[in-house]
Amino acid sequence: MEISIPSLVAAILVMAAPLVLAALGETLTEKAGVVNLSLDGTILLGAMSGFVIASESQSALFGFIAAAATGATVGAVLAVIGVRLGQSQVAVGFALTFLCRDLAYFLGNPYARQQGPQLETLPIPILSKIPFLGEAFFSHSLIVYLSLLAIPGCYYFLYRTRQGLILRSAGENPDGCWARGINPLRVQIIYTILGSSLVGLAGGAFSLAVKPGWGHPQGCEGIGWIALALVIFGGWNPVRVAAGAYFFGLLQLLGIYFQDYFTTIPAQIFQVAPFPLMIFALILINLGHKSKDRKLTGWIKLLSGRPPKWLGKNYKQA
Amino acid sequence: MSIILQLRRIVMITVLALGAVSLLLILLGISPLTIGITLTKGSIFSWLKFNHVLTIWIPLLLCSCGLLFTFRAGLWNIGVEGQVICGAIGATLVLRLDNTGLPPAALLSFALFTSFLAGGLWGALAGLLKTRGGVNEIFGGLGLNFVAQGVVLWLILGPWKRAGMASMSGTDLFPRELWMWIPPGWRVAPAAIVLVVIVFLLTGMILNATRFGLKIKAAGFNPQAARLFGIRPDLVGFTAMSIGGGLAGLAGGVQVSCVYHRLIPSISSSYGYLALLVVMLAGYKVTPVPIICLLFACLAAGSIQLPITLQIDSSLSGVIQGALVLSGLLVYGLQQRKSRGH
Repeated sequence: MEISIPSLVAAILVMAAPLVLAALGETLTEKAGVVNLSLDGTILLGAMSGFVIASESQSALFGFIAAAATGATVGAVLAVIGVRLGQSQVAVGFALTFLCRDLAYFLGNPYARQQGPQLETLPIPILSKIPFLGEAFFSHSLIVYLSLLAIPGCYYFLYRTRQGLILRSAGENPDGCWARGINPLRVQIIYTILGSSLVGLAGGAFSLAVKPGWGHPQGCEGIGWIALALVIFGGWNPVRVAAGAYFFGLLQLLGIYFQDYFTTIPAQIFQVAPFPLMIFALILINLGHKSKDRKLTGWIKLLSGRPPKWLGKNYKQA
Repeated sequence: MSIILQLRRIVMITVLALGAVSLLLILLGISPLTIGITLTKGSIFSWLKFNHVLTIWIPLLLCSCGLLFTFRAGLWNIGVEGQVICGAIGATLVLRLDNTGLPPAALLSFALFTSFLAGGLWGALAGLLKTRGGVNEIFGGLGLNFVAQGVVLWLILGPWKRAGMASMSGTDLFPRELWMWIPPGWRVAPAAIVLVVIVFLLTGMILNATRFGLKIKAAGFNPQAARLFGIRPDLVGFTAMSIGGGLAGLAGGVQVSCVYHRLIPSISSSYGYLALLVVMLAGYKVTPVPIICLLFACLAAGSIQLPITLQIDSSLSGVIQGALVLSGLLVYGLQQRKSRGH
C-alpha cells in the first residue's frame, strides 16, 4: 500500500477528530472540578441518536444537533446526581457509561446496518489547492474543521477569557469563587452539561462521518476510555490533550497498515493493540515523572500537569 | 438504619427505575407487561433456565465479593475483567498439562487454585502501579484489561490454537474427565455453587468480623487517621487489590472448568463490569450482594429470549440494570439531602 505523508496526515486528522472533541469536552468539565466518567457510553448514545435523527430527517446537520443534545442530557443527569446531590461522581459516571451503552444498542437496534446520510467533505476553496498542506489540512468535512478549531478555541477560552477564569476557579478554589459572589456549583453544572454535549458531538462524528452507520458493535467502543486517559495524562491542557489524540490516531492507522504487512498475525491483535499501547505510553510518562533522573524529568515535565485541586470532590457550601 | 427505612429505599429505587423503563417501552409501543413476562419466563419458569441463571450468578457473585474488598479499601478496581481473563488463562494452563499423573479431581482443584493466583497477580499489578507508580487505579486497571484481552486473543489464535485451524471460537475442548462433574439434568456444577457460597460467607466474615477487615475499612475511610494507628494504607490497599483480583480470577477459573471447558475470547462476558454495578447498587454493603447478583443474573438470562420471541435487542436487560443503579444513587442523594435539612 502506498503511503504519502499528506494523505497520512489527513487520515490521522479524520481518525482523531471525534477523540479530540470528546477529550476537549472532558477537559472543560474536569477543569471545573467535575469528573465525568460516562464518556464511553455517551459517545455511543450520541452516535446512535445522531444516526437515527439524521436518517429520519435526511440531514446530517440535525443528526449532529441531536448528538450534542443527547450528550448534554447525559451531562445534566451527572450534574444533578453527582454535583447537585453530592453523590460520588465516579459512581454516577460508571452507572451512566453502562446505561447509555445498552440504551444505545437497545434503541438503535431497528436502525442497525442501514444506509444513512453522511457528512460530505468540503474542500476549502483556494487553500485546498496548496500542494501538500491542501490535502492534509483543507480537504475535510465540517466536523474535522470543527475539531481543529476547537483546540485553540478551548485553550483561548480557558486561559484568556473571564468566563474561563471563573471555570478554572470553580475547579481550583470553590470557596474563593463563592466569596467572589459566584456559585461554584452552578459553574460546575454548566460545564458538565457543556462538556458532555461535546462528547455527544464526538459520537455523532463517528456515526455520521468517521465510521458511518450504526450497529452492535458500532466500532467506536473503547474510545471514551482513551479520551479520559488523554485528559489526565495531557495534564488538563487542551493542546497537549489534542496532541495525545492525534498520537492515538496514528497508532490506530499503523494498526491498519501493519495488518496488511504481517498477514501471519491475526488482525484482531492489531485492532486491540493501540489501546494498551496508548495507556502504557501514558503510564510511562507518569512513571518517568517520578524518577530522580534530572535529564529525564526535564522533558517529561513538559508532558505532565497538575489536576484541578477540587477535581471529583463535592463542594458543600459552608 | 431501621428496616422500614431500608425497605422504603428499596421500594423507591425499584419503582423509580422500573417506572422509567416502562415509560420508555410504552413510548416505543412495547408493552412492559409482555417484557416482564418474557424475562420472568426466560429465567425462573423452568429448571433448565434457572440453571442458566445460576451459571451467571456464580461468576458475578465471585467478582462482586472481590469488589467488596477493594471498595471497602476505598479503591476503584476497574480491572476485574482483566483479572477474570487471567484467572481463566491460569486454569487453562493447568488443564492443558499432559501426563501429570494427577487424578482429575486434584488437577481441577489445582486449576482453580492457579486461577485464584493468576487473577490475584493481575490485581496486585494494578495495586503496585497505584502504590509504587502513582498511576490512578482506574486507568491502571483499564490498561491491564486491554492487555489481558490482547493476551487471550493471542493465545487462542497462536500458541493454543485449535488443532488444524485457529478459530475465534476458542481452544480445543479439554478431555471429558477434566470437566467439572455436572449431575444429569443439570447445567451447573454443584461444586461451583458450594465454592461461591463459601467464598461469600468468608468475605462477609473477614470484612465484618476480623481485625484485618477493620484495617481495610480504616484504610479506606480515613487513610491519615489509619496511619496514626500503625496501619499502612498502601499495604492494606495492595492486599485488598490482590484478594479482589484473586476472587475475580476464581470466577474465570470456574468459567473455564465448569461452563465452557475451553478458553474462549469473551471468557469474562463483561461480568467484571456488571459486578461493579451490583456492588454500587448494594451501597457497598455485603448482605444485599447475593440477592442483587441473582436479580441481575435473572435479567441477563431472561433477556436472551427477547430477540427470539419479541425481536427486541437483549441489551434491554442492561438498560434495566443501569436504571436501577442510577435511581439507587438518586435516592441515596435525595435522602442524604433531606437528612442534612436542605
